Amino acid sequence: MSTITEIAILVLAAFVGFEVISKVPNTLHTPLMSGTNAIHGIVLLGGLLLMHEAHGVLEHGLLVIAIAFGTINVVGGFLVTDRMLGMFKRKPDLEEGTPEKEIERK
Amino acid sequence: MSVATIFIQRANFIDACYIVAFSLFIYGMSGLTGPRTAVRGNKIAAVGMAIAIVATLLTPHVLSGSSTVWLIALGLVIGTAVGVPAARNVRMTAMPQMVAMFNGVGGGAVAIIAWIEYRHHFQSGLSFWVEKSEIPTLFAAIVGSISFWGSNIAFGKLQEILPGRPIKLPGQTFINGALFVVCVGSAIVLAAGTHSQGLFIVGILLAAAVLGNMVVLPIGGADMPVVISLLNAFTGLSAAATGIALNNTAMIVAGMIVGASGTILTNLMAKAMNRSVPAIVAGGFGGAIAAPAGAGAEDHGPVRSTTAQDVAIQLSYARQVVIAPGYGMAVAQAQHAVRELEKALEKKGVTVKFAIHPVAGRMPGHMNVLLAEADVPYDLLREMDEINPEFPRTDVTLVIGANDVTNPAAKNQPGSPIYGMPILEVDESGSVIVLKRSMASGFAGIDNPLFYEPKTAMLFGDAKQSVSDITSEVNSL
Repeated sequence: MSTITEIAILVLAAFVGFEVISKVPNTLHTPLMSGTNAIHGIVLLGGLLLMHEAHGVLEHGLLVIAIAFGTINVVGGFLVTDRMLGMFKRKPDLEEGTPEKEIERK
Repeated sequence: MSVATIFIQRANFIDACYIVAFSLFIYGMSGLTGPRTAVRGNKIAAVGMAIAIVATLLTPHVLSGSSTVWLIALGLVIGTAVGVPAARNVRMTAMPQMVAMFNGVGGGAVAIIAWIEYRHHFQSGLSFWVEKSEIPTLFAAIVGSISFWGSNIAFGKLQEILPGRPIKLPGQTFINGALFVVCVGSAIVLAAGTHSQGLFIVGILLAAAVLGNMVVLPIGGADMPVVISLLNAFTGLSAAATGIALNNTAMIVAGMIVGASGTILTNLMAKAMNRSVPAIVAGGFGGAIAAPAGAGAEDHGPVRSTTAQDVAIQLSYARQVVIAPGYGMAVAQAQHAVRELEKALEKKGVTVKFAIHPVAGRMPGHMNVLLAEADVPYDLLREMDEINPEFPRTDVTLVIGANDVTNPAAKNQPGSPIYGMPILEVDESGSVIVLKRSMASGFAGIDNPLFYEPKTAMLFGDAKQSVSDITSEVNSL
């Protein structure tokens, strides 16, 4: 893929990112941050792609660390976000019967 | 090789998987616009991540070599062994540290990958690589390293291993500027190809590491929400740069979404504190504060302290009570007690609302999570702009462990370091009760004139104990 195509993808992703994220309410900003933590764990792919090209103990060791770091992000990030969002999901309106739309708006 | 293997190893198939993966990231993230769809959104994004990882492992040659599979497995196992217990056991009060640590390891992974990438391709001497990947790789190396070390310092400060107050060296701004020039200068030299020694990249990583330490050390505890968001953005952007270097669309899109998210949150936090991001990065909050705090100390009236019983009577006969929680409530683990008080008051027919300042807690949205953990229904939570017009109609405001975000000096003392910061206008309500451990000042180290107003009463003590006392008094009325 040409560099220009990749930069085009980057720019479009920036616009999509701003559009989507700016709709996230303040209430969910902490889960948003831990969720984005999980998503930047995508750097894990870099470690996977480079491992077979690595030479020597230094490079192999460093890449194992990089893969471990990326995995911490992916696994830990998604799990902790799920745990947190579960706290928001459970209760509120069910007891009081408030219509769902009203909750969403707030 | 079977037909199926040939099919799934085709580059087009792998690229298609990446497109599916990043579509799921975007779709999942758009679920975060409401608490009801958010859990599903998070799961959808996780499915996207699984697809991206499997597709990468299916790429030809990725698993070639005798030890490759085992080394990859080792990394995945270590990461899972650390990540799962951390995510399961972390307390909600410790979420800022957790996110700082996650930012840090993400940045660290990027820095390592950029380093290896550089070593490898430099040694193989591929000329096309120089044109295409060198600049994003160097960018990823610098930003990833800054993010890793900066996040470690932020983690240390939040975990209180390091002192939360700003740590400053003389000529800090100059040193930081010089380090930045060294990083960028070396990167340009490398990219221009005149000095092609592999050691240069190590120098860049080290200079960026020192810079990361130096930038975060002088930042005070009050500015932490901004710092965490900013480091989040950095890690995302460095991941996107790595994606360009490695021709990986999933990494480009995912990194950029994180970059956008971090940037939005950074701006929101900075706005909520009336501070500019460059000003925060350039220097701590601490230095300028001593003088105005001392000057303000002269015109204080007496502080009026009260008892749990009086507070209970006042609250029970109010029509509307607003609770303004701050990080102090979280430290005292008082959120469950607060929920009990809220229920007791509702039983008496009192309307209770919670006023949430954008920077209440230590990271964006932190207070909402803490209250959600205590089962406070989120339709009782009001954001600052929503609740401020309601304070004149509020009989009693209960400030629990919040300080700076209620400080009227931000409105009426132009000399104050927090002047202009949007606050919860609790001083507009009929009366104010402040639950506080002592008269110590808040994170920003600024005196709060609210405490000396005639309509304010202070209830000293541990927030959890005080709230429980008030609740039992309310119940016995």
